[in-house]
Amino acid sequence: MIEIKHISKTFNKGEATAVKALNDVSININANDFVVIVGSNGSGKSTLLNSIAGSFLVDEGSIVIDGNDVTKLQDYQRTKWLSRVFQNPLQGTAPALSIIDNFRLAALRTQVKNITVGTSNTFINKVKDSISSLGMGLENKVNQPVGSLSGGQRQALTLLMSVMDKSKILLLDEPTAALDPKSAEIVMNTASKLVDELNLTAILVTHNLKEAVSFGNRIIQMSEGSIIKDLDRTAKEKLGVNDIFEWF
Amino acid sequence: MDFYITAIILGLCLSAMGLGIFLSMKIFNIPDITTDGSYTLGAVVTAVMLIHHTPIYFIIPAVMLAGAASGCITAFIHTKFKIDALLAGILTMTALYSINLTILGRSNQPLIDTKNIFTSINFFSNSIYNSLLIVVVIIAIIAIVLSYILKTDFGIAMRATGNNASMVRALGVNDNKMKFFGLAIANSLTAFAGFLVAQNQFYTDINMGIGIVITGLGSVLIADALKGLFKINSLSGQLILVVVSSIIFQLVLAATLSIGVNPNLLKLITSLFVLLIVGLTKFRKAI
Repeated sequence: MIEIKHISKTFNKGEATAVKALNDVSININANDFVVIVGSNGSGKSTLLNSIAGSFLVDEGSIVIDGNDVTKLQDYQRTKWLSRVFQNPLQGTAPALSIIDNFRLAALRTQVKNITVGTSNTFINKVKDSISSLGMGLENKVNQPVGSLSGGQRQALTLLMSVMDKSKILLLDEPTAALDPKSAEIVMNTASKLVDELNLTAILVTHNLKEAVSFGNRIIQMSEGSIIKDLDRTAKEKLGVNDIFEWF
Repeated sequence: MDFYITAIILGLCLSAMGLGIFLSMKIFNIPDITTDGSYTLGAVVTAVMLIHHTPIYFIIPAVMLAGAASGCITAFIHTKFKIDALLAGILTMTALYSINLTILGRSNQPLIDTKNIFTSINFFSNSIYNSLLIVVVIIAIIAIVLSYILKTDFGIAMRATGNNASMVRALGVNDNKMKFFGLAIANSLTAFAGFLVAQNQFYTDINMGIGIVITGLGSVLIADALKGLFKINSLSGQLILVVVSSIIFQLVLAATLSIGVNPNLLKLITSLFVLLIVGLTKFRKAI
């Protein structure tokens, strides 16, 4: 599903503050893989995720998503194949817009946004159904601006929004890092359920070792811009929190 | 009475610009001051075409396209050269002064004997009511169309662009392209205000746009204050507030003049009035 060949990325190239964030990384992520990426701060986890999402273009190497070479494509052009949930729970939703409007935009992620009103009653009911699965009581607040909700609620909504339009790949960049334990649990369980139900290929970057153990069917460890461990399902199932802790 | 109706008509004419500034400032979160230039551009294009006996229904699209083009230039400078929107607007505005002067060919053009949208109907014996009716209908159409556009899928993308750029990119929208649309629509409305005012006052002057941005900003800020006061959050409600605020603004200026204040002080009073409104809203938030 995602073929990454020899990608490198240096930030602030040519300056004294230059940082080599990715160093000749190659990895093949198969369809239905749920890859968990762990590593210390600055190891290149988020950079790898962002290079797939297209937040910046890589200096070298190539990225192929679902048979399409996306190496030179901008982030908004890659959303045809992938959707993402950011580390900052406020980044995935527009605060001044209502829940419905946020979902409407998300439902058109891969499509043209036309000059027609799309927030029909059918659509509103579909959104309410989707939101009620969270059990947060947000289905009665669909016309409220998203800015009036908590970070946990917004992150949960972002997650649901990411699968409103057809999705193949879900990128989760430390989605629970800023959330309280209860919201974190809702977000991760919902994510896991969506990945299963919709047969998504998913990548989860996390610092939470419990999450790293509980979720996913493949685990990767990064260090200094390179992949230093890559364990498949069988090997991952044998891991405990302490085993991963030992890696650091 | 006629004195105040004249002020209301002017307020309604300028509310087209207020709606444009509402779009750039409140929806797109871009401080765009191309306004001074695009407003005059609208008036200049109107004057030249009226003198050449062009029918009004050709002048309107020409004026709006000219305004849209000036907005696109600001958007181009802002997005391609990564220059601050404020500076991009100043650059376009400054350049437009020369362009406007070139198009008009002189610094002032009376429009006494030309066709005029305000004299096109004759329902009332007092012509001022005819003008009022026409401008009310025109502004109502603009507000309805704008409020519809903002509710569409494209409108949601516009509103989200000014609210959370990284979110709209993650949802497949090129935020820079949206800024082009935003500034184009905003400045076409501003140019349209120039079209209305030129005909309402029967002349186009090359300096008529100087400092006009403050009138639009003022309307948007008064609308903002009223929005908080009356707890109006719907989009169409906010658009109506901008129009109402634009009228209030002109009425305040008219009242100031009628009590005998020196007209030379008008710009000073305009600034102080806007400052007062902004100050009051900040003060209200602070307590």
